[in-house]
Amino acid sequence: MAFYVVQFLTGLASAASLFLVASGLSIIFGVTRIVNFAHGAFYMLGAYVAFTLTERFSGAIGFWGGVVAAALIVAALGVLVEMVLLRRIYHAPELFQLLATFGLTLMVEDLVVLIWGPSDLLGRRAPGFKGAVDFFGQNVPSYDLFLIGLGPVVLGALWLIFQRTRWGVLVRAATQDRDMVAALGVNQKWLFTSVFALGVFLAAVGGALQIPRDAVHHAMDLRIIVDVFVVVVIGGLGSIIGAFVAAVLVSELNAFGILIFPKISIILLFLVMAAVLIVRPWGLFGKPEVTARRTPGLTVNPWRPLSSKGRLAAVTALLLAATLPLFAGNYALTVGSEIAIFVIFAASLHFMMSVGGLASFGHAAYFGLGAYGVAFLAKMAGLPMITCLLLGPALALAGAALFGFFAVQLSGVYFAMLTLAFAQIVWSIAFQWVEVTGGDNGILGVWPEKWAASPSHFYWLAIGVAALAVAVLRNIVFSPFGYALRATRDSPRRSDAIGIDGKLIQWTAFVIAGTFAGIAGALFAYLKGSVFPDSLGISLSVDALVMVLLGGVETVSGAVVGAIVYKALSIFLVSQTDLSKLILGGVIVLVVIALPKGIVGVLETIRQRRRPRPEPPLLASRIGTAE
Amino acid sequence: MKLSVEGLNSYYGPAHILFDVALDVGDGEVVALLGRNGAGKSTTFRSIIGLVEQRTGRIVFEGSDVSDQPTHAIVSRGLGYVPEERRIFTDLTVDENLEVGRQPVRPGAPHWTREKLFSLFPNLGEMRGRAGGSMSGGEQQMLTIARSLMGNPSLVLLDEPSEGLAPKIVEQMVDAILTMKEAGVSMLVSEQNLHFARLICDRAYIIERGRICFSGTMRELDERPDIRDAHLAL
Ligand SMILES: Nc1ncnc2c1ncn2[C@@H]1O[C@H](COP(=O)(O)OP(=O)(O)OP(=O)(O)O)[C@@H](O)[C@H]1O
Ligand SMILES: [Mg+2]
Repeated sequence: MAFYVVQFLTGLASAASLFLVASGLSIIFGVTRIVNFAHGAFYMLGAYVAFTLTERFSGAIGFWGGVVAAALIVAALGVLVEMVLLRRIYHAPELFQLLATFGLTLMVEDLVVLIWGPSDLLGRRAPGFKGAVDFFGQNVPSYDLFLIGLGPVVLGALWLIFQRTRWGVLVRAATQDRDMVAALGVNQKWLFTSVFALGVFLAAVGGALQIPRDAVHHAMDLRIIVDVFVVVVIGGLGSIIGAFVAAVLVSELNAFGILIFPKISIILLFLVMAAVLIVRPWGLFGKPEVTARRTPGLTVNPWRPLSSKGRLAAVTALLLAATLPLFAGNYALTVGSEIAIFVIFAASLHFMMSVGGLASFGHAAYFGLGAYGVAFLAKMAGLPMITCLLLGPALALAGAALFGFFAVQLSGVYFAMLTLAFAQIVWSIAFQWVEVTGGDNGILGVWPEKWAASPSHFYWLAIGVAALAVAVLRNIVFSPFGYALRATRDSPRRSDAIGIDGKLIQWTAFVIAGTFAGIAGALFAYLKGSVFPDSLGISLSVDALVMVLLGGVETVSGAVVGAIVYKALSIFLVSQTDLSKLILGGVIVLVVIALPKGIVGVLETIRQRRRPRPEPPLLASRIGTAE
Repeated sequence: MKLSVEGLNSYYGPAHILFDVALDVGDGEVVALLGRNGAGKSTTFRSIIGLVEQRTGRIVFEGSDVSDQPTHAIVSRGLGYVPEERRIFTDLTVDENLEVGRQPVRPGAPHWTREKLFSLFPNLGEMRGRAGGSMSGGEQQMLTIARSLMGNPSLVLLDEPSEGLAPKIVEQMVDAILTMKEAGVSMLVSEQNLHFARLICDRAYIIERGRICFSGTMRELDERPDIRDAHLAL
């Protein structure tokens, strides 16, 4: 019995940091409508800076002062980020905001390694809370008790700030109607900046307070952000009480999940989240979004099927690509195959995002499932390669069907966060369930059969499948199903009124996209001869998003160009520098700010300008007036 | 001159809504902007305080050109705005709604305190702790006006203050507006209700399809039933 109580207390103690970070995210979202992906990075920075300060200055003042100073320093950094980056993108579609803050996260990860080194750092213990309290023969660290008390104190302090100060009243008013607040003479700029500072401060305190409990390391950010997303999805974005309750719930689930499903404890979390979403799609304490902003917003051109000229160009490009083995070496061919695989992957996400308006932040889950599907079939069942390639993606299809069902109940940022959380759950299963997946060691020896083994043959296979996949996806865009999907994207209510079952359509699109991602993953497994949990990871999901964005979200086939450019660039970067994340993150941020229409979008705009235009710029307003 | 607008052109995307709108409001004056549904009254107001992004023209408030200033800067110079849709903060209490509108005392403009406002709108005083969302339409209308007055404005843009109100409430509204006028607040009031406008306004402009097509005193307007019938739905 005492054991369970102690387990419960440990859960409560973990909830404190989680609550701090999640409430910060919620507060920022409430006013700025930005889901700050970089929140995990600020949490991590809080821990690192506090580590340095508490090492430098000893004693109680050194420690507690260091924690507070670290949080203030990181909050100041947050203010800088808000003023330099976020102010430019408050009016951008939410996908761009998520991506920009994700780019920031990548940059911080590399910077942290650059400054503090790659190894784990063990910080000091908190003065005054070094011992443990005996509880019926079980030890409870007294620091845990401190954290358990801290959570409600912070909750109360936030409540007071928001209810009793003018600033709090303004923030709550802005949460409801920012423009009206400006129309009453309040400078929103500084309101936003101060809100962002408070949110970042909370995240940094959360990180700093973790030092006595856990090692400081450079993957802290992603680990916490997934939990935080789960917390805000369960508790309701924008609700501080919701963040508190859900943080406790999630931490307890983590604490007890280990006891119930020792190998795959995260499943419990998934089950609870799914249950909450079915009963209350906006979270326990959240409110339905009145006007959910849609992802598209930069329409370049009306979409048309390819003209015969366009088709000819596409076939020519494909034939040219097919001549690569005649003059290129094996390395180039392997790179070429990889690019072709990523064309499929990016095209599948692009289909879901641009046509379906569903911006998934966890698309790698289906890529990885396809890869694992192939690996299981090839290694365990010993099936021939063709059969594996055909059946492997079925695992992705099944995963997409399961997760997609829940995900399409939501939209916008909730959809993005949920897909990310699902992907992370799949990743954790692959990582934790060592007996089946080999865990971190992956599954090795998934080699192609003889007919496809040579780099040139595999390359032809890859570009052949890629061409086919892109063609099929394009055809779906211009099929009746594609029109229904676009109708649902542009105007859910109206399409509902003409008898389109929007959720079913979106679910189908999700499954189609997941399956195509699985095909890419299946090929990838054969290309690499192995499968690792990485191929389900967040960074792969984001790679796909960047490819789509780089190519142009609002074009039909931008993903193809985006995938080629991005993949070639990143393979080149990785071979040239150790700071690939820093550069990549910088590129993402720059693309969001400077090239929001993507490469293909820009090309189309230029082409449009050259051509004498019979049509006035009516299209630009389509988005504004639709809905 | 309190406010003077010249050559105002506004657009929503590609749609050109206002065409060379020009109007003035003198010190202490109450001026009506009359026009049918969709004539461009609200757009004029929203353009004046910078809520319509695509606009050209000159807006001079108390002698300074505010055309290029952001909304909050224009408003905090003492140009209050009461939107047609009211836009009460429904989650906030009456007191908190007033707090959002509060601005420092401004020399040369009447100074409003909560107490003064509650004597202007007695209903509000009885529901200071009520959430804005649970109030009736009339109460919300009073709250929006009171909220703007908390900013101690010298000029208020009132967008259809009588719309959708019961006759009794409209009477209270007339009294309140006259009290505001006595206190020295200039007003530009958009209206479709000519009778209401007659009770409170000195002069009137008529706007039709984004163009000002009449300007004169209320008396002059009454002498031109042809104009009235052509441009106002009565
Ligand atoms: N956000 C908007 N986007 C596009 N067009 C708009 C928008 N708001 C108003 N309009 C158009 O601008 C024109 C003027 O509208 P406005 O709201 O200014 O009229 P109004 O005189 O206030 O009418 P009402 O008496 O109905 O309030 C109308 O044709 C309207 O359809
Ligand atoms: Mg109007």
